[in-house]
Amino acid sequence: MPGDSSPREELAKLSARPVSKGHSPCPRFLPTPAYRVDTLLQTLKDGLTIGSLYALIALGYTMVYGILKFINFAHSDIVVLGGWLSLITATAIVEKLGLTPGQIPPWWVGPLVLLIAMVACGIIGFTIERLAYKPLRRAPRLNVLITAIGVSLFLQNTGQLQFVFGTRPRAIPQLLSDQTLLQIGNVHIRLLDLVVIGTAVVLMVGLEWLVFHTKLGRAMRAVSFDVRTAGLMGIPVDRVISITFVIGSSLAAAGGFLWALSFTSIKQPADTSWVLLGLKAFVAAVVGGIGNVRGAMFGGLAIGMLEVFGQQYINPALKDVYVFAALIVVLLVKPGGILGKATVEKV
Amino acid sequence: MASLQDRAAQFKPAPMGGAWRALWPLAFALIVGVLMQLVLRPNIDAYSSTQILNIGIAIILAVSLTIVNGFTGQFSIGHAGFLAVGGYVAGSLAYYGSFAFFGSGAAKLGMLSGLYGAPAGAPVFTGGEILFFVSLLAGGLISALLGVAVGLPSLRLRGDYLAIVTLGFGEIVRVLIQQTPQVLMSKEAIAEAPAWKVPLSVGGSLGFGNVPKYTSHFWVYAAVVITLIFAYRLKQSSTGRALLSIREDEIAAEAMGVRTTYYKVWGFVIAAFFAGIAGGLYAHTLGISLSPVDAGFQKSFDIIIMVVLGGLGSISGAAIAAAIVTYLPELLRTPETLEKFAVVGIPLLIVGFAMLGMAGRRSSEAELRSGRDRRALPRVIIGLGAVIVGLSALAFVAKRFNINLGEYRLIIYALALIVMMITRPQGLLGVRELWDGALYRPLRDFFAPRSGGRGA
Repeated sequence: MPGDSSPREELAKLSARPVSKGHSPCPRFLPTPAYRVDTLLQTLKDGLTIGSLYALIALGYTMVYGILKFINFAHSDIVVLGGWLSLITATAIVEKLGLTPGQIPPWWVGPLVLLIAMVACGIIGFTIERLAYKPLRRAPRLNVLITAIGVSLFLQNTGQLQFVFGTRPRAIPQLLSDQTLLQIGNVHIRLLDLVVIGTAVVLMVGLEWLVFHTKLGRAMRAVSFDVRTAGLMGIPVDRVISITFVIGSSLAAAGGFLWALSFTSIKQPADTSWVLLGLKAFVAAVVGGIGNVRGAMFGGLAIGMLEVFGQQYINPALKDVYVFAALIVVLLVKPGGILGKATVEKV
Repeated sequence: MASLQDRAAQFKPAPMGGAWRALWPLAFALIVGVLMQLVLRPNIDAYSSTQILNIGIAIILAVSLTIVNGFTGQFSIGHAGFLAVGGYVAGSLAYYGSFAFFGSGAAKLGMLSGLYGAPAGAPVFTGGEILFFVSLLAGGLISALLGVAVGLPSLRLRGDYLAIVTLGFGEIVRVLIQQTPQVLMSKEAIAEAPAWKVPLSVGGSLGFGNVPKYTSHFWVYAAVVITLIFAYRLKQSSTGRALLSIREDEIAAEAMGVRTTYYKVWGFVIAAFFAGIAGGLYAHTLGISLSPVDAGFQKSFDIIIMVVLGGLGSISGAAIAAAIVTYLPELLRTPETLEKFAVVGIPLLIVGFAMLGMAGRRSSEAELRSGRDRRALPRVIIGLGAVIVGLSALAFVAKRFNINLGEYRLIIYALALIVMMITRPQGLLGVRELWDGALYRPLRDFFAPRSGGRGA
């Protein structure tokens, strides 16, 4: 974004600052700060955080694509909605409890906020699917895509209204203590980092279990394989599609919540950085192999790492270029994505 | 017995006939441009004249994307990348070229340039305009070269994957433009900077607003006429039929001997050229500061919306939709204008329903496909009337309850888009053209005597 310095970039700048020379046994061969082990660890940690967020968001894209074969451009707006809803519920709860700004609320506030955001976004995702996408089940895919863009525009501009979320960035109240759990060299591993990564991992493992070990998951895979045949085999296709949307939207809400948690300040709903976040998550889904749940997780991590490492070690200004260049290279070399199967078109 | 070659020779057009065919569109474009600039423009206010200019540029963009998305059926969602490349190349050439040739970066307006016309006593034609014209062409050509680069992945990729690559292309263009150094503002600064860096100094994320402002109704509408005639001729030509065959079924086309890869890349190149020209015109428009955002996906989506709304593959549909999409959000800004539209909308509705009643029986599938749909015209009229009446009602309600409609205009636009996609998925005109008879054929069929059986 023009003139934008996200907390992530600031973090990268901080981690790149020169470390005092006193500790070094051999000052003459002191590597430049960028090549120190701490920097590497710090970058790794950042990549893991960003990557798990991308993965969570990518799952929504990949699930919808797998079943309906269209790019749900409104997905990133659900992430924003999740972030803003968590902000509003968290603020309301903290006010209700009568806490002063510096105080940390009890442990159950975080999970409660997450749950509320996930349920609310699930309901909204369901509504969107029923009203906007279901009438278009047989329409050309381009139409569905334009509808998705329409939904996205609608959500952005509604969110921007003064009495909804407004046009100014706001900060989420502090929900976790800022304490450092573990320190390796100059790298602080905070409770927050563990919570973000942990929540993402738990949700992904849950989804993995749902898709590969339950009846519903089998139905979802069947619908994704062949909608018509699945319908003929007695699978309630419409219900499965709705459930897919609900799951994707609640994962997006979780992504929004974790985003708000790790970067505190949340930008206005129509900010272009949100669309870029959505695009990168989508790129992650494609790189991993679209329609493939494990591919989305892998792709999310890969894209997050690529972005953060490129930013740290090559040129911070070009971080978006790495992501999109990786996309083009992967698609040209392995069009089905890294974990995806190449589809052969039959006549 | 004449050989095939002899017979083919008989069909060759006369040499002068070819020249006439090549030149009349240019002459026509010049006439339309001059009329727009010297007759229409002095008689309208500044606001409308900006709107009309923007509509012209949008038409060029939409029609150029129609060549890729509509004719060839390749799904490109990075079209704004070409717009930005054309705009930046043309802008940089014109700006730094002006310094090199005329000693300053200001526009040297002739009689036909400038959004609000040239100052009194301006010469008919200036050197600056030649420079502007050359930079426009250069922008288009560089953009077309990039079209080759983007078209080549279509060797391997189909459908959505190609779409994602084009999207990545647009984003990469955007980020790369963001990295460019600041604009050099004076002759001294240009002399000091290393020569290779001068044309690249286009302002990065701050935007490039110093481009000399040559664009006028003359230039834009001359380009619109040429684009429309080009697209029309392309659609009729053998190249165009090859493109259309790829859209209908790529595998079948290949089996019939169409060099699909070759034509797909051509489709991209042609579309990129016209988008680059549109970008050049946009960059030179008064009040516009070209910025990296113009290469981004949001701009691309705007163009796609026009193409899909107009009907994929319809040149006239894309042009009409470009006008609507550009003008509608502006219209919602001023509810007073909307109310006046009700006067037009209600008679339209009545006429449409009357025609529907007269057209009688439901149109069959075959009719719809062949374009001989007796009810197409009434439907279009009813749709138009309903939209206008609906908008006017909205404006009335807004005025009654003192709601600022301008604040909600993009929400209304988004809802209209969704409703349109659900209720009329094929867009305004489908794959037909205005001149195919979407307008006059139903009338002709209506008055023509009914032939028995299956119909003609």
